[in-house]
Amino acid sequence: MKKLINTPEGVVQDALHGIEAAHGDRVRVSFDPAYVVRIDAPVQGKVGLVSGGGSGHEPMHGGFVGPGMLDAACPGEVFTSPTPDQMLAATKAVSGGAGVIHIVKNYTGDVMNFDMASEMGKSDDIEVETILTNDDVAVEDSLYTAGRRGVGVTVLVEKICGGAAEDHKSLHDVAELGRRVNANGRSMGMALTPCITPASGNPSFELAEDEVEIGIGIHGEPGRFREKVGPASQVAERLMTPILEDLPFSSGDRVLAFVNGMGGTPLIELYVVYAEVAKIAAAHGLTIERNLIGNYITSLEMQGCSITLLKLDDEMLHYWDAPVNTPGMRWGV
Amino acid sequence: MNRFAAEMSEHREELVALDTAIGDGDHGTNMDRGMRKAVEKLSASEQPDAGTALKTVAMALISSVGGAAGPLYGTLFLQMGTALSGHTEIQVSDYAQAWRQGLEGVVARGKAQLGDKTMVDALTPGVEALEAAPDLDGGLRAAAQAAEQGMTSTIALIARKGRASYLGERSQDHQDPGATSTYYLFKSAAEALAG
Repeated sequence: MKKLINTPEGVVQDALHGIEAAHGDRVRVSFDPAYVVRIDAPVQGKVGLVSGGGSGHEPMHGGFVGPGMLDAACPGEVFTSPTPDQMLAATKAVSGGAGVIHIVKNYTGDVMNFDMASEMGKSDDIEVETILTNDDVAVEDSLYTAGRRGVGVTVLVEKICGGAAEDHKSLHDVAELGRRVNANGRSMGMALTPCITPASGNPSFELAEDEVEIGIGIHGEPGRFREKVGPASQVAERLMTPILEDLPFSSGDRVLAFVNGMGGTPLIELYVVYAEVAKIAAAHGLTIERNLIGNYITSLEMQGCSITLLKLDDEMLHYWDAPVNTPGMRWGV
Repeated sequence: MNRFAAEMSEHREELVALDTAIGDGDHGTNMDRGMRKAVEKLSASEQPDAGTALKTVAMALISSVGGAAGPLYGTLFLQMGTALSGHTEIQVSDYAQAWRQGLEGVVARGKAQLGDKTMVDALTPGVEALEAAPDLDGGLRAAAQAAEQGMTSTIALIARKGRASYLGERSQDHQDPGATSTYYLFKSAAEALAG
């Protein structure tokens, strides 16, 4: 295994040192407990936004800390949920008297650790609301699964809620907006290759030269189906069909189309996929108002992509366009 | 606890491999890291009674393991620690009761039932064996055996909880990593008592 690291155990710490060195103008890094926080936190009178999750998905979440998006992000070990003490400390650090929102991706570990943080923080007198993201259509939401995973829409929730919070909207309003974004977004992902976590040194699953994995998550776990590789047009169709059917998206809907790279796929390929997504969307009578193309929620070096479609309304659009100044997303400044 | 830490270190790669097949490959690494921290904390200060020691382990795991295993094992030991608060000598009935409370905590936290293909599938038979036992030594050995059977029984199951549940039927024919580390926990306890 060749990686640009020093030691497998030190990856998260070393990366945090890199973030501190690179972005000290916008963020402060706490190493123990580990979290990245906006340098001017707490911003008085503003709802604080905290998210977190395993490392290995950069720029999510640490790269999205700054004005217009997250106030703090808690990084766990690679692909491992962070621990409650991290969320507790981050929550206190961003509390400006208007409450704090936890943006939590629906994974067993993430939910339990954030829950424990909430329980442990009850005495701190900070009002906390939770937004759960669960946009992945690859998994059936049933009694027999851990529920749908939070994937691409998480990035969109963080940006849109970030805009609303910056506008000093209330805790209740920002939380409702975030839940509405989650409820109107659907995602599906696929992989051409597995990824290799520094700790294990081995691929997270095995794929033959001519195989792809459909319905992946973001932690290198196997997906729902293994199929023969085909052209990008086929991949796009394969991912878009369940997305369109699930919400469902109807002719006339205005959408944000997000083609996300899993980390190891070149931008030229993401644009080939986007061209297909645009064709499919047009064929369904959808108007793509905004798009996002690139590596935003990744799985280390995995080759592959995920597609997220968000059905937009005016408020979502307004806060999507609002200025943001973070290492991973920056416009309007 | 030292023995469990040693087992987690020794079986780290095995747990990683099991978790790679139906998860994201971090269970072994996480448990190894967590138990090292737990052992470090145990040696760092006086542990006046079993309850305190278990809570020390619980907090170490909660703050260093992450994932699902951190909260679940943390809750297990926290509940056991609460049940054995102040106990410096332990009767088998108290001990079994502590494990029962631990199991109930795990079920309340993770909401898994028997047959969901999780640590509960090894924990439940282990606890039941302890409750049926007349003495601690025999009880722990029976518990380890029962937990082992529970662990093996997870192979045939389709996961209904946790990351493995995303795989649906593809999770079948793989042993659950959480049930495996739970078996090692009982095995460690049995061996530690046997000395």
